[in-house]
Amino acid sequence: MLKDITLGQFFPGDSILHRTDARIKILMLVVYLVFVLCAKTAFAFGFVVIATGLLVIISEIPLKTVLKSLKPLLFVLLFTAVINLFFANGDNILWQWKFIKIYREGIENAVKMVIRLTSLVTGTSVLLTYTTSPLDLTDGIERLLMPLKKIGVPVHDFAMMMSIALRFIPTLIEETDKIISAQKARGADFESGNVFARAKALIPVLVPLFVSAYRRAFELAEAMECRCYRSGVGKTRMKVIKTRPADYIFLGMSIIACIGIFFLNQVVIPL
Amino acid sequence: MSLKLENVSVVYGEGTPFRKVALDNINIEFPKGKITGIIGHTGSGKSTLAQLLNGLNRPTSGKIYLDGKDIWEKPKEISKIRFKVGLAFQYPEYQLFEETVGKDISFGPKNMGLDENEIALRVAEAAKLCGIPEDSLSRSPFELSGGQKRRVAIAGVMAMRPEYLVLDEPAAGLDPVGKTDILGGIINYKNETEGTVVLISHSMEDVAKYSDMILVLKEGKVFSYGSVEEIFSDIESLANSSLDLPQITRLFHELKKRGLSQRDDVYTVKFGEKLLREKGIANA
Repeated sequence: MLKDITLGQFFPGDSILHRTDARIKILMLVVYLVFVLCAKTAFAFGFVVIATGLLVIISEIPLKTVLKSLKPLLFVLLFTAVINLFFANGDNILWQWKFIKIYREGIENAVKMVIRLTSLVTGTSVLLTYTTSPLDLTDGIERLLMPLKKIGVPVHDFAMMMSIALRFIPTLIEETDKIISAQKARGADFESGNVFARAKALIPVLVPLFVSAYRRAFELAEAMECRCYRSGVGKTRMKVIKTRPADYIFLGMSIIACIGIFFLNQVVIPL
Repeated sequence: MSLKLENVSVVYGEGTPFRKVALDNINIEFPKGKITGIIGHTGSGKSTLAQLLNGLNRPTSGKIYLDGKDIWEKPKEISKIRFKVGLAFQYPEYQLFEETVGKDISFGPKNMGLDENEIALRVAEAAKLCGIPEDSLSRSPFELSGGQKRRVAIAGVMAMRPEYLVLDEPAAGLDPVGKTDILGGIINYKNETEGTVVLISHSMEDVAKYSDMILVLKEGKVFSYGSVEEIFSDIESLANSSLDLPQITRLFHELKKRGLSQRDDVYTVKFGEKLLREKGIANA
């Protein structure tokens, strides 16, 4: 049911990637994105595949779970592959039937695009969403954006808002689940009828959900005020995030890999 | 004719680190026309069991029979089961959504496809059973107090006139008056429709007072099942399941220990009072 949709998809574990500082992981992701997007030659792409595979292995996330994150992408992948395959122009025609021409360049492009997209999604989910708890993630973002505070951006407030929003997603999902079940128990039908009938069937769910969301918001605000919350002024942390030497080594390695891509781009193997 | 569970197990999150066995091989039959109380600690599987009974939840393995028929035989017709087995959730007051109390109570009967007259009849009847005054029917449910909202929500389930009425913690978080009102309404319903009631609660007092049979759940398993007398006579095993005995039972146990009473099978205040009066201890 709805419970299976976990936003953020955090997968608890104790791998090296789980233990890495969230800030470092965010930076690593930026480097990784450059790394994947800059790959041009077959050699470079081979390297991308190997590096992504390594990330998956050290994250200790089951392959099945990783593949599940690619599932929504399946259509996009097929679409780009087909477009690249049939509509690319080049010099080497491999196969021709009436007006359909398949060039070698087309196949190459299709394969590259598929590798690129899969790596992007796999890398992002393995580096961040699967191995970083949502709270660590917002913490990391807050710390990384700290410099913006100097020019008056309320970084802490944004981070707080994000934490609260993330914190309440599971609660509200659970609540929605409960309300849907309760209305189903009274014979509500969410599955049949046309679009309008279905939209109307959602009213018994949406009204109680909004009522309860407001109630929760007011309760939380009151509770925060009772504890004298006043934004980030003078606030210290219970859990201080520390960057360990291993984290820097990790970041260093990804930067080297990223630079390496440019060298690999120079190597052209004759096919 | 009964509601029966056969080797029912429910496992959540199979194949993930969050895997949890909520119910483990449950076998039970809820006798018709009786009130069966289900007690157990938080996380003992009470609520999961409740949602199995009307087909909101599907057992991972095992079968549920309603009047001898497997309820999951035709999954498409599961909504019909829900009219036969009415379920009121924990804190049902949060499911109210209509503009008026009357309209909210009529949501279930309307979904059953009944005609206007029948719906009006059932709304009036359910409101009466739950002690909702007639002039409240045209008010907004959001103006009511918590206890009143709860009564409206339970009336919404009763208005479907289910043969089996399952209530998950109907009295949780209410003051004593609200509690008596709601539980009294449930007894009224049972007496008037000759229906079967399954009452889930963690309060021993309520279960002892209102049930005919008691099922004790512990960590997803049937810990014990029997009549009120049978369950409460085995004090030690109940203490093992870390459930509290009714206060009056504990009092009589202590009295017996001190040689002041011969009986320790006292589960309701009423019966205890009667005993004490006979001995001339209590004065009115």
